[in-house]
Amino acid sequence: MKDWALWEVFVRAKGGLSHRHAGSVHAADAKMALEHARDAYTRRMEGVSLWVVPSAQIVASDPADSGPLFEPAEDKIYRHPTFYSIPDHIKHI
Amino acid sequence: MYTTDLSGKDKKKPEALVAEDPALLAAFEARVASDNFVEPKDWMPEAYRRTLVRQISQHAHSEIVGMLPEGNWITRAPNLRRKAILLAKVQDEGGHGLYLYSAAETLGTSREEMIEALHSGKAKYSTIFNYPTLTWADIGAIGWLVDGAAIMNQVPLQRTSYGPYARAMVRICKEESFHQRQGYELTMALAAGTREQRRMAQDALNRWWWPSLMMFGPPDDKSPNTEQSIRWRIKRETNDELRQKFVDVTVPQAEAIGLKVPDKALKWNEARSHYDFGEIDWEEFYAVVKGEGQVAKERMVARVKAWEDGSWVREAARAHAQKRAAAKFAAE
Repeated sequence: MKDWALWEVFVRAKGGLSHRHAGSVHAADAKMALEHARDAYTRRMEGVSLWVVPSAQIVASDPADSGPLFEPAEDKIYRHPTFYSIPDHIKHI
Repeated sequence: MYTTDLSGKDKKKPEALVAEDPALLAAFEARVASDNFVEPKDWMPEAYRRTLVRQISQHAHSEIVGMLPEGNWITRAPNLRRKAILLAKVQDEGGHGLYLYSAAETLGTSREEMIEALHSGKAKYSTIFNYPTLTWADIGAIGWLVDGAAIMNQVPLQRTSYGPYARAMVRICKEESFHQRQGYELTMALAAGTREQRRMAQDALNRWWWPSLMMFGPPDDKSPNTEQSIRWRIKRETNDELRQKFVDVTVPQAEAIGLKVPDKALKWNEARSHYDFGEIDWEEFYAVVKGEGQVAKERMVARVKAWEDGSWVREAARAHAQKRAAAKFAAE
């Protein structure tokens, strides 16, 4: 018999933090995916909230495109505050 | 989590790097050499992928089979505290197996294929689980020695070059320390107990010591894939280095509770700042790898039975999910 569908698991460690990818589980449906995620990834109070998403629904960028996607940001150093030199006697800036 | 490196068993030579694009291969080698992680969709040499699938799935199988010798003792734990601890530990082992199967799946092998390979005997698991757990003291020895050896193996794997494997190892290492400490505490309690309890603790150490040393895999000169695995940062330390570390930390732990490590050749070597220890019986090791362990057949029968007994649950859950999905579709 074929495997149950794969689901990606995201855990919010505590209030104030984002959900973060923890791993994946196999499950027949969403309810079971949540139950499996709870058993597999939160046995030691690692989370206060869970998201499960069918892995097939995730659209990912291709590592081969990482150059065109991310490199253009490299030469835009004027986007960082340290690019600008301000005399030392000017305060609170 | 448990791992035994069995990569030396079937192969005489390291896996060849055939038919790979030299430019891609060079870029990959440079990347791992500078300690960058490799992620699932990145280009990787086929031999890297194969080595990882074998190592990670073997590791996952070991976690799953590892539940059997301990599960055997849950109903016979001497009190509620020990029973709750053992249940939690066995549940952790199941969890570790699942993290690792998931990591291996990111390399393009299915869960189904891996489980099939385990059940058909094609895939290996740690030789340590083909030894029987004869007394309650064995539960202490497994936690202390077997999980202790596993930790030695695992800690460097948190920096292994394949991202999903490294992340699974970080989770596992966090949980593993409890396994070792509960085992040592259990052994400590027996060692401080009646004469009969002390005898049990010593007997368990006698039987588990050598198999635990074998968990680190064949000696370096008989482990042909080690060099490539180290270069690719799949392994971070060699089998013999890790084995020596384990001996060095474990011997004083035994002495501290009045137990004796069953090795006449064991001796502190001042010049090396390490313990010297006796020859390992590698013939026994290879025999156990081949499935001649005392309870190898029993383990696989129990594992396959559990899988088959659960098949109606898997099928029912799938049928239920399909029925619900169809009803929802009709309602929309």
